[in-house]
Formats: sequence, structure tokens, C-alpha cells
Amino acid sequence: MKTNAAVSGRPVLGLNDIRKTFGGIVAIENFSLEVYPGEIVALVGDNGAGKSTLIKIISGVYLPTSGSIAIEGETVAMSNATMARAHGIEVVYQDLALADQQTVYMNMFLGREPTNALGLLDRRRMIAETEKLVTELDVRIPSAHSTIRDLSGGQRQGVAIARATHWASKLILLDEPTAALGVAETAKVEEIVASLKTRNIGVLIISHSLDQVFKLSDRICVLRRGKQIGVRETKKTDKNEIIAMITGLQQS
Amino acid sequence: MSSTNQGAAVRAAGLAGRVNLQQYVVYVGFLAIFLFFAIVLKDSGFLTVRNLSNIVLQTAPVTIMAIGLVFVMSAGEIDLSIGSTVAVAALAAAVTMQGYGLVPGVLAGLGCGLLIGLVNGVLVAYVRLPSFLVTLATLGLFAGVSRSMTDLRSIPVTNEAFTGFFGSGSLLGIPSLIWWTAIAVAFGHILYRETRFGAHVLAIGDNARAASVSGISVPKMRLAVLMISGALAGLAGLLYAGRLQAAKYTLGETDLMTVIAAVIVGGTLLNGGKGSIIGALVGSLMMGMLNNGLILMGLSVSDQMIVRGLIILAAVAVSLREKSR
Repeated sequence: MKTNAAVSGRPVLGLNDIRKTFGGIVAIENFSLEVYPGEIVALVGDNGAGKSTLIKIISGVYLPTSGSIAIEGETVAMSNATMARAHGIEVVYQDLALADQQTVYMNMFLGREPTNALGLLDRRRMIAETEKLVTELDVRIPSAHSTIRDLSGGQRQGVAIARATHWASKLILLDEPTAALGVAETAKVEEIVASLKTRNIGVLIISHSLDQVFKLSDRICVLRRGKQIGVRETKKTDKNEIIAMITGLQQS
Repeated sequence: MSSTNQGAAVRAAGLAGRVNLQQYVVYVGFLAIFLFFAIVLKDSGFLTVRNLSNIVLQTAPVTIMAIGLVFVMSAGEIDLSIGSTVAVAALAAAVTMQGYGLVPGVLAGLGCGLLIGLVNGVLVAYVRLPSFLVTLATLGLFAGVSRSMTDLRSIPVTNEAFTGFFGSGSLLGIPSLIWWTAIAVAFGHILYRETRFGAHVLAIGDNARAASVSGISVPKMRLAVLMISGALAGLAGLLYAGRLQAAKYTLGETDLMTVIAAVIVGGTLLNGGKGSIIGALVGSLMMGMLNNGLILMGLSVSDQMIVRGLIILAAVAVSLREKSR
């Protein structure tokens, strides 16, 4: 998918011929993908296809064995999650990296709390920015002061996405954001994810639900056993083709 | 659909607000015990100013150790070694003071506390051993060190500047032990509640992985809380040496259980993520009042231990009920 590079501006993320091996085992090879601002790209594939490995490479947890990662056209080397964050990449984890007994606003600023001139926590600013963002994203929580564990699963995932949105300037990675949610909550989180398109950042989403993938994404990238099978524009493909690509029962 | 979800969550949050008993149990308990002793012991001198201020003075070392333990427990760790750090620090201060005077003595005492905290911290944070086992081992190890330091002898502390500053002195009419308590509580509370450091302590105790992916160095924080605890146990040792004008290996020996109880009763969760410095202060005063009242009631030492143990059991029960909700 290097064909339409000039069409919608510079890609926020460019993966070029990524390969990752663990010992002698190849987890990912020949993987290239570009994500453009305002675009949602879905990453699909069976269990063990290498989706999580790829997310960990993009979020700086793993270094690729070979290949390069470019952020807005510039090649970067990221050796830990802090460096990925500094490049404007945020991850929303499947199992919610939230501190349950802390408030919503403390979680929004976890590890990046603003302080005043005396070095004390600037709670007023944290609360104000939290309330602004949850209102914008329509994450319905009782208040910024709520404790995370008093929230429902959907509300928690809403908070996690709001946190990523607050800090991501380039790209948000969503790793199975609705895997643990009920029907109504899934719909709400999908609404929030869809609204991210207006923020001019790239979104890469991993999902097992093809319904969700077709509802949300602009393009779909299929992985099978560490190999990139293909990338399709969502509008120009259908579930049968994607399923065939995922399972490999019918080579396309 | 989402509005009913929200309604349920709001109701759940409201319910949580009402049944959050654990946060206030220490204040209710403190008042109940105070009233009980005030009525039962009204002829035994419990309510005299002298007795009440004695409670605060005697509780100072426990309060100061409790502040350190709030940090450690909030981070999801435990420090049992404070029980023997007190005596090592007091003895080191007393012995050093005999040879080199006031300032080296004070530095030796605090330095021992910091050093023990450093040993615990490195083993827990970097060698990744469980803090319960590490500090249980160092508790025993340094209890042995304190015994061998002076062959079980008691070392007199005669430096009047020291005994005034850390013991019987006063400033502006307020006893120095109350100053130490107030300063430690104020600094501890601000550090715990109002700084990034405090927020990160709570974060690593709540969800170490979430803290780590948010860029917080979990090992550094673990090392830091154990060093704070060690240093404050060292300070508690100086306060004992100052007040008693002597240092002995038995100092602080029976405080460990009292300190843990005070911290848990004060609303700090055993598993981390939540706690209170003010709660620990009130918890310490409650334990001090309990000791004092039980003695005035004429209970034997063994009966006192039984009653204290029962109170700790009740406190842990409330703490765990809250956690599993």
C-alpha cells in the first residue's frame, strides 16, 4: 500500500518491511503499512497471527529485528514505551491500564501530572481538562472525581480512550477495545472511536469482530502467521474476502 | 441504553459513597475509645491534661514510623524491618555521640535508618524479592545486630542538646516530640497527597503495570518508599533515645504490630493504592490511647496484648471487606 501516499498527505505512521524474530521463530515478516491522519485502519488476523507483536513494535515495547518505522516521514528508533509516547503514539490496552482506586482525572494524567510553581499537583487543571475531554468525546461518567472501579466496563474503556486522545498527537493504537464489553457498551465505545476521525490523528485498531471492523475502518490489513496477506479498502471488499484472507482457505 | 448504564453507575457511585465506612472507621473508633475511657476511667486520671499529653508524647515514634509505612503499604509493599531499625539507629546514635558529639550522632542514627531502607529497597526493587520476606529477614538480622552492637548493654545518652531536641525539650511552650510529630505529619501529608511522588506511590500500589506503561519507574518508587520508611524508623529511634536518655536493643521491639495496626485502622489498604497520613496519625493516637487506658484499667501485660490483637483483627476485617466489595 504505497500507492496513494501522496493522495492524503504524509502518513502519520509508516512501517517499512518490518521483521521480528524471537530466537529462531519468525513472528512478523515483510510487513509494510502506512496510516494517514484522520484514518482508521483495522488489523485483523487469527490468534497468533502477530497482531499483538506488531502493536508492541509500534508502541516501542519491542524493537523490530529489521525494517524501519517512520513517524510523519521521519525514521525513528523506539526502544521503550516512553519514547513512543514522546512521538505522539498512545496505546489503549485490551486489559485497561487504569489504576482502579484512583480518580478519573488522576488516571487521565497518570505519569504526566501537571504541577504548579510550588511543585504541587495542579488538580484544578487536571479536573478541568478531564471534564472538557470527556464531554467532547461524550464519555458519560458521573464526574472527573469518580473512582475508576465505580465505573462500568464501557465507561472505563471510554476513560482509557479519552486519555489516549488527550496525549496522542499522531496515532492511537486500540488493542481489542471492546473485547470485554457488553452490547450496549460496545456500541458506545465504537461511537467514541468513530469520533476520533475528526481529530486528524491516525487510528490503528485490532479487533476480532468483523462487524466492528466494517463499521469503523477505512482500510483493513490482514495478517496470517506473521505474514501480511493484504490490505483492502473497506468499501471495496466484503466479509467473505476478508475471512478467506484470514483463514487462507482461498488465496486471493 | 447508555443513559440507563450511566444511571446504574451513578447509583453505584452514590452507594459506594454511603458505605465507604472504612475511611471514617478510625475517627469513629477513636471517639468511641476516648469516650469509653473517659467514662470508665474518670476517677483514674485518664482525662487529665498531663495524661492526655503523655499519650501524644509516647505515641510520637509510632506516629512517625506509621507515616513511613503508609508510603510503603500504599505502594503495595510492607516494611517489617522498622521493628529493629529503631534500636539499631538509637544505639548507633548513642555510641557515636559518646565519641564524636551531637551532629555525628544524629547523622549516624538517621544514616542507619536510610541504609537499612536502601538494603530492603534494592532487594525488593531490583533483585525482585517479595518485601514481606526481605523485611522479615532484615527485621531478624538487625535485631541481631542491635544485640551484638553493645553486648545487650544499655548506652546512656547524656548530651543535653540531643535529649532536649529529640526528647524533653520544648519550643514556644510546645514539647519537641509534638513538634516532630506535627512536622512529620505535615510533610508526609503534603508529599503523599499533593505531589507527583505521592500520586506515583499510589499508582504503583494500585496497578504496577498501568504505572509502568505510563512511564513511572516502578523499581525507583519501591526503593524510595522503603528508604523513606527506613529513615523515619531511624528518626523514631532518635526520639526514643532522646526521651528515655538511653538506647537499648529493646527499643521499638513491640512497636511493629502497633504501627501496622495504626496504619490499617487509619484507612490504608494492605494491598496498596489507597491510604491516609492523617488517618495513620489518628490510628497511632488511638493505639496510644488504648495502651494508656488499658494500663490505667489495671489490665495485665498479657491481657493488653490480647485486647490489642483483637482490635487489629477487627481493623483488618474492615479493611478486607472494603477491598473485596
